[in-house]
Amino acid sequence: MTEPILSVRNLQVEFASRRGTLRAIDGVSFDIAKGEVLGVVGESGAGKSVTGLAVIGLIDPPGRIAGGEIHLAGLRIDNLPPEEMRRIRGKRIGMIFQDPLTSLNPLYRVGDQIVETIRTHLNLSETAARRRAIDLLAEVGIPAPEKRIDGYPHEFSGGMRQRVVIALAICAEPELIIADEPTTALDVSVQAQIISLIKRLGRDHGTAVMLVTHDMGVIAETSDRVAVMYAGRVAEIGPVQDVVKNPLHPYAKGLMGAIPTLAGDDKRLMQIPGSMPRLSAIPRGCSFNPRCERAFDRCRVDRPEPLPRGTQSVACHLYDDVPAESAA
Amino acid sequence: MLAFTLRRAVQAIGVMFAVGIIAFSMFRFAGDPINQIVSLDTPAAEREAVRKSLGLDDPVPVQFIRYFGDAAQFKFGVSYQFRQPVSALLMERLPATLELAICATVFAMVCGILMGVYSALRRDTVLAKLFQAVSLVGISLPTFLIGILLIYLFAVTLGWLPSFGRGEVVKLGWWTTGLLTLSGLKALIMPSITLGLFQMTLIMRLVRAEMLEVLRTDYIRFARARGLTTRAIHFGHALKNTLIPVITVAGLQFGSVIAFSIITETVFQWPGMGLLFVQAVQNVDIPIMAAYLLMVSLIFVTINLVVDILYTVVDPRLRATVGRAT
Repeated sequence: MTEPILSVRNLQVEFASRRGTLRAIDGVSFDIAKGEVLGVVGESGAGKSVTGLAVIGLIDPPGRIAGGEIHLAGLRIDNLPPEEMRRIRGKRIGMIFQDPLTSLNPLYRVGDQIVETIRTHLNLSETAARRRAIDLLAEVGIPAPEKRIDGYPHEFSGGMRQRVVIALAICAEPELIIADEPTTALDVSVQAQIISLIKRLGRDHGTAVMLVTHDMGVIAETSDRVAVMYAGRVAEIGPVQDVVKNPLHPYAKGLMGAIPTLAGDDKRLMQIPGSMPRLSAIPRGCSFNPRCERAFDRCRVDRPEPLPRGTQSVACHLYDDVPAESAA
Repeated sequence: MLAFTLRRAVQAIGVMFAVGIIAFSMFRFAGDPINQIVSLDTPAAEREAVRKSLGLDDPVPVQFIRYFGDAAQFKFGVSYQFRQPVSALLMERLPATLELAICATVFAMVCGILMGVYSALRRDTVLAKLFQAVSLVGISLPTFLIGILLIYLFAVTLGWLPSFGRGEVVKLGWWTTGLLTLSGLKALIMPSITLGLFQMTLIMRLVRAEMLEVLRTDYIRFARARGLTTRAIHFGHALKNTLIPVITVAGLQFGSVIAFSIITETVFQWPGMGLLFVQAVQNVDIPIMAAYLLMVSLIFVTINLVVDILYTVVDPRLRATVGRAT
């Protein structure tokens, strides 16, 4: 396998609070290859967004990256000086946020915001940057881009604004796009358009995409691989069809069981009892053990490390000593 | 846009009409104006003659319409104490007050915005904390006390600046200015600071709070994620969004700067409209008081109109709503 675009190793992110240090991310590792879409799922507070922010270097105090390494195409980026990291942001890593209604500065024309970003990263003249901005708007599917470029954000609908945000994220041809819940704030019909747009852009430009969402449907539709996060750790990671069809981690099983299907309307949906622990009260051993039906003594003492199992990798003691073939 | 401006202008005229009623009624309720004009031993027949010559025996509505018509042409009658047309007196004093108010506002805006931005961006530094402390003093100390303290320090103890008056002024047509002479500029420093200090601290605190608010917004986070330079983010994206409420406050405060200049002008014996008004109050000189009331309201109303229009220039969203509303 060639070198991955993004490689995260044993990442730890901590937030200093009055009641001590909270560890939001604890030992997260994953890779994203060129042109690959990695979906990151989990409940609210599982650390999905924080992982994305850590990669792009936008963890603000009191938060900090406390350990681990992040490599972008071989270059270590988690300890770069702020000015060098700023040059990478927007140029080599693009980011799309959740709410397109608030992601654009309301006082500037969308064209000015795109031109400003292009000229920050690429050595282009004002007119060349404007031409490129029009091309970008056309590429993300905004009709009559040469007219719309002079519009203000409030003149665009939510879906159109998210397209502008995507145009801004890809305007310097980044190698990696981090999309943090890009469709959560949109209508269902618009969601599908945005998802297929992100997918198409990733394919056309060979861009690696880290897609953060809590919507399994979106993941199943777009991603090549999926990482299931729980309480700041990766519970399971693997190719999307394998994880969806044959989840190994009890938490992943619970998540997949909670997806409604069009066919199986006679069955009750599965539910995971309880809720995710607060960061200040993460249990010893496996952080999922209080909610896990299959927890045994070891789960309450030892923290499971992610171990490869077939195409997947899972952090669960159930698979410690069972041979790979018999795992169901 | 034009319809919006026109509608606001009509509202402004309505406000001025209401103020005119109040100004006019001052003449009726502050005693018989004839007593103010003539001396104590004037015979009754002579009093009636004066009353008739001034039109004060006409019915009240007739008098009001006459007063309002005159006021619309900037004729406010004759001052009781100076025996001169009030408009001439006001015009003579207007440049002094306006110059002081503009200098104070410029001082307040420039220092207030700079200090506010600094204390928002570097909020943990010693200087930022010092600004916060100073702003508390500026907000709590009354204007006259600041003026007197400044006079004590810079005029009496150090002897650097004059303690009163406008210094030498230069005549430019009917306008007199102190901005062109050294003594005029020196005389302007302390009154401007005294008058502008409150506004400066207000603007500083407002800018600081707004800036901190704006820096937390999603579009600033997105601007950072796009890799824009810190300078572009702070001074391009954040500051422009911060300035919308600052325009409102600074605009409205310009009106109160003129109104509050009464105190500053008294402390520094500044020959402006405020000082004229204080003297008029002491001497029950109603034509001056009424005219001053009308002038200050006119300035307030005009500023409000300008601020409303400025909004739409800064904020494109308002242009749309304004367009739809009209």
